[in-house]
Amino acid sequence: MRQDGCQELAVRIRSHALQMTHRARSSHVGSCLSIADLLAVLYQRILRVNPNQPEWEERDRFLLSKGHAAAALYAVLAERGFFPSEWLETYCQDGARLAGHITHHGVPGVEVSTGSLGHGLAMGCGMALAAKCDSKAFRVFVLLSDGECDEGSTWEAALFAPHHRLDNLAAIVDYNRIQSFGSVKDVLDLDPLAEKWKAFGWGVREINGHDLEEIEASLRSAPFKPGQPSCVIAHTVKGRGVSFMEHKLAWHYQSPNAKQLQQALAELGEQQ
Amino acid sequence: MRNAFIRSLTELARRDPRIFLLVGDLGYSVVEPFRDEFPERFVNVGVAEQNMTGLAAGLALSGKIVFTYSIANFPTLRCLEQVRNDVCYHRANVKIVAVGGGLAYGALGITHHGTEDVAILRALPGMTVVAPADPMEAALATRAIAAWPGPCYLRLGKAGEPSIHAAPPDFRIGRPIELRQGEDAVILASGPMTRNALLAAEKLSGAGISVGLYSVHTVKPLDEEFIRQLARQVPFLFVVEEHSVIGGLGSAIAEVVAEISGTRPLLKRLALPDSFHPVGSQEFLCSTYLSAEALFTRIHATLSRVAAKELRALA
Repeated sequence: MRQDGCQELAVRIRSHALQMTHRARSSHVGSCLSIADLLAVLYQRILRVNPNQPEWEERDRFLLSKGHAAAALYAVLAERGFFPSEWLETYCQDGARLAGHITHHGVPGVEVSTGSLGHGLAMGCGMALAAKCDSKAFRVFVLLSDGECDEGSTWEAALFAPHHRLDNLAAIVDYNRIQSFGSVKDVLDLDPLAEKWKAFGWGVREINGHDLEEIEASLRSAPFKPGQPSCVIAHTVKGRGVSFMEHKLAWHYQSPNAKQLQQALAELGEQQ
Repeated sequence: MRNAFIRSLTELARRDPRIFLLVGDLGYSVVEPFRDEFPERFVNVGVAEQNMTGLAAGLALSGKIVFTYSIANFPTLRCLEQVRNDVCYHRANVKIVAVGGGLAYGALGITHHGTEDVAILRALPGMTVVAPADPMEAALATRAIAAWPGPCYLRLGKAGEPSIHAAPPDFRIGRPIELRQGEDAVILASGPMTRNALLAAEKLSGAGISVGLYSVHTVKPLDEEFIRQLARQVPFLFVVEEHSVIGGLGSAIAEVVAEISGTRPLLKRLALPDSFHPVGSQEFLCSTYLSAEALFTRIHATLSRVAAKELRALA
């Protein structure tokens, strides 16, 4: 494993997300833990972004379409220096900037605000299309939840991108198999998910969404085929990294109390 | 109106390379001039309005001025949340254009009646709402919204609307255009029904009633100071629009008038009832409410009733 601090960054994202949701008594910690490794790799190894110049025109665009995992994105942005870490303490507080669903307003580094599912991929298509029209080299990454693959609008965008050969666009699906009110299998089964994206015309790779090297390798090799947008189906575990949160629907809603926070942070400490 | 729009947009696109046009698989025999001249800035996104609107926001956030175009409710209500979140919250430079506002698609049925759009769109923070009265205003409005930063909604009629203006008026977003002066009452109108209001005002003048008329093409931001001043000058205000009586221009003006302290004019909203409409042409469906004859009758009746009451009070 490379010693570039990526592993540590993933742990710090998890640690922040736990503390933020504990402090704010807010939901979605399980969804944050599930994408911590994806975010760490994106922001440590993949995205060409500049914290000192968040509006830099040539930057890669990252869109968190599963806006409920906001705490994890704020955490990685703070870690990368887009804004002071102290801001994280204001998450969901009265009058603060950091809302419980990802919000761009006044927050450097956040490309778009989401929270209602099924919005990110279309906006990502627009940015990728703009890059093509202007012959710009930046790439667009959109991180979706599995639950939002229920949304028709996701598939409208999924039809659009291959038709317009947006190979500068990559969708990453956080396939942790637990959606808002049950398991994906029980609520609205997505399998075979890879085949669906393939049938829509995307280049598809399935990876272990917690293996940093696999994540990096897949994102680095996008586009998998020239002229095709890429879809990375990241098999993940909801609540990953905290034993008592893993695979549990309850942690879509619950926030850790003081004791649970202590135990969770202790477990993370062992992972450092 | 739609042809005036596309001519105006095509001219703008010649000067401004940022202008894009997205259509939701509609626009046959209308948008071709733009498509043929600027194929790289034209996208038929397919029958997918949510994607069209999100896409427009993404393009706009990358520096483009993006027009989306479709029929009646399709670019507005069908994708309302994309309009609200992706466009309005991001203050994206997206201009939503609906053709067939009101009952222009008549007999095609209620799916194609855009009769609540103004109410809904004007409730969105940061949205500018423009409903021009004739093809000339439509062309000028197209130019104006392209230059106006942020989200706009352009509500057009369909085709073949008669011209009201003989020469291009001084069209500015938010500023009503005076079409007729009058002292007994003033009609404030938006959209193509302004023409019927004009005919009604002329007929009322023949009956000895002096009625003024303004094209209030911008429903939001509404020129509130203009409304307040007018309210001090005339005893009767009538609002004419091809829209549900709930929430449109009439409501917007009523909100301003209701907050005036002291003497207020009597305000009447001449609009469509809060209902779905039966089968029939635009002319047929509007005949009860918004034809020149209906407007004349309704305004005349209101003024007569009040006059009779005043006479009784004197006696």
